[in-house]
Amino acid sequence: MPSPAESTDAESPGPANGSDEMITFDNVSKSWGDNKVLQGLNFHVKPAEKVSIIGPSGSGKTTILRILMTLETPDEGVVTVDGDELWNVAAGQRIPRETKQMRLTRRKIGMVFQQFNLFPHLSAIQNVMEAPVQVLGMSKDEAHERAKDLLDMVGLGEHLNHKPPKLSGGQQQRVAIARAMAMRPKVMLFDEVTSALDPELVGDVLDVIRDLATSTDMTMLLVTHEMRFAEEISDRVVMFDSGIAVEQGPPKKIFKQPDNDRTKKFLRAVLEH
Amino acid sequence: MTWDTEYALSILPRLLRGLLVTIEATFAGIAIALVLGLIVAVIRYLRIPIVSHLFTFYVSFVRGTPLLVQAFAAFFILPDYGITMSALLTGILVVGVNYSAYTAEVYRAGIEDVDKGQWEATTALSLPGRPTWTRIILPQAVRKIIPVLGNYWIQMFKDVAILSAITVSELLYTAQTIGSSDYRYLEPLTLVGLLYLAVSYPAAIIVRRLERRLAFSR
Repeated sequence: MPSPAESTDAESPGPANGSDEMITFDNVSKSWGDNKVLQGLNFHVKPAEKVSIIGPSGSGKTTILRILMTLETPDEGVVTVDGDELWNVAAGQRIPRETKQMRLTRRKIGMVFQQFNLFPHLSAIQNVMEAPVQVLGMSKDEAHERAKDLLDMVGLGEHLNHKPPKLSGGQQQRVAIARAMAMRPKVMLFDEVTSALDPELVGDVLDVIRDLATSTDMTMLLVTHEMRFAEEISDRVVMFDSGIAVEQGPPKKIFKQPDNDRTKKFLRAVLEH
Repeated sequence: MTWDTEYALSILPRLLRGLLVTIEATFAGIAIALVLGLIVAVIRYLRIPIVSHLFTFYVSFVRGTPLLVQAFAAFFILPDYGITMSALLTGILVVGVNYSAYTAEVYRAGIEDVDKGQWEATTALSLPGRPTWTRIILPQAVRKIIPVLGNYWIQMFKDVAILSAITVSELLYTAQTIGSSDYRYLEPLTLVGLLYLAVSYPAAIIVRRLERRLAFSR
């Protein structure tokens, strides 16, 4: 007879293999020519943890998310998600573009892009239904029902049949969040999701992400320039510069009393604006 | 030689039958070009070693030789290898294959024009290859290239006249036959020109309308 604690355990976001990390990066490096985007990165994220990654442009923040989403190949290192190996690359090794293992592991991850990347020829609800029907084999009726709930959740219940070009940037980004949620990912990646939005549209998108952060036990990784937002919703903030995590800790510590000079300099520069 | 309206009217039904053959050959050619062109474009895009190169050569070869030469080759040489077809079928295949090379290039431009973010979104959603192509990439690519394809189709309609050289009884061939038996060319050739115009001019207008309607309102 399972205790109540155990019965909720089935829904727990914990890794399948008993490890207590949801995401691990061990000694991961990536270069573009001479530009070292990641230099031997070691970075672990716990289940349900909300981590914000901050730092100057070109510091490798987005690359972390793109390697997790298999949009980028690391030159070296081991990356696991939910106890499953996503990348295991020895230095100088040529790796296959895509393996079955990668495809399966990748399903646990959802991503929201800076440029939304909605399918412009499909309506909002079709955008959200597409992957559950095509990938999970869900019936159209069920997928429609769930897509409708998700679009309601992001405040777009009135726009189910609108195509992306008819929606504002903020609305498009909320559809994109619903679309990623439809695959029930254990890990959600947010890649500068408000950077392409007009300032007055940022709030609605952040509200949706805040709701997800507080109401779900998804592991969330955010690359963001919204410092106040990062401070508010994160369990941990990681400061990145030149391919290295120069400092990390609870948001209060990083934003109020940073130790590292580069963090201080970066925060002075962004908070003055 | 003066224009004889009564004579012109008397040969019009035969010319219309020729026009019908031209239109049939055009549609059949379009169908072949669309399917073959798509296969060629996708294989080239996937960069499969050797196979993709073969298809690249195919495109260069077909585009680098005149349609008339291809028609003669198919009509006179293939029978030597035991491949015998009617002139019409030979002509349709030649036009279809010829335009498949151009169509493949148009598809390629359309596919490459689809935003990189669309591919990334399909990866992020774990969409497999087939729905990625058939539901996401190609519908967007086709939308952008339909006007270009439409113009190729109009050109193909006119190029079918070349098949008169291999005795396909299309519009021009019919006019030539009439001319050589009645020793009158003014009326048949004038009517041929007018009939071509009567089809291709409205077709061009339709293509332009499509172009406007299919453009994304971004």
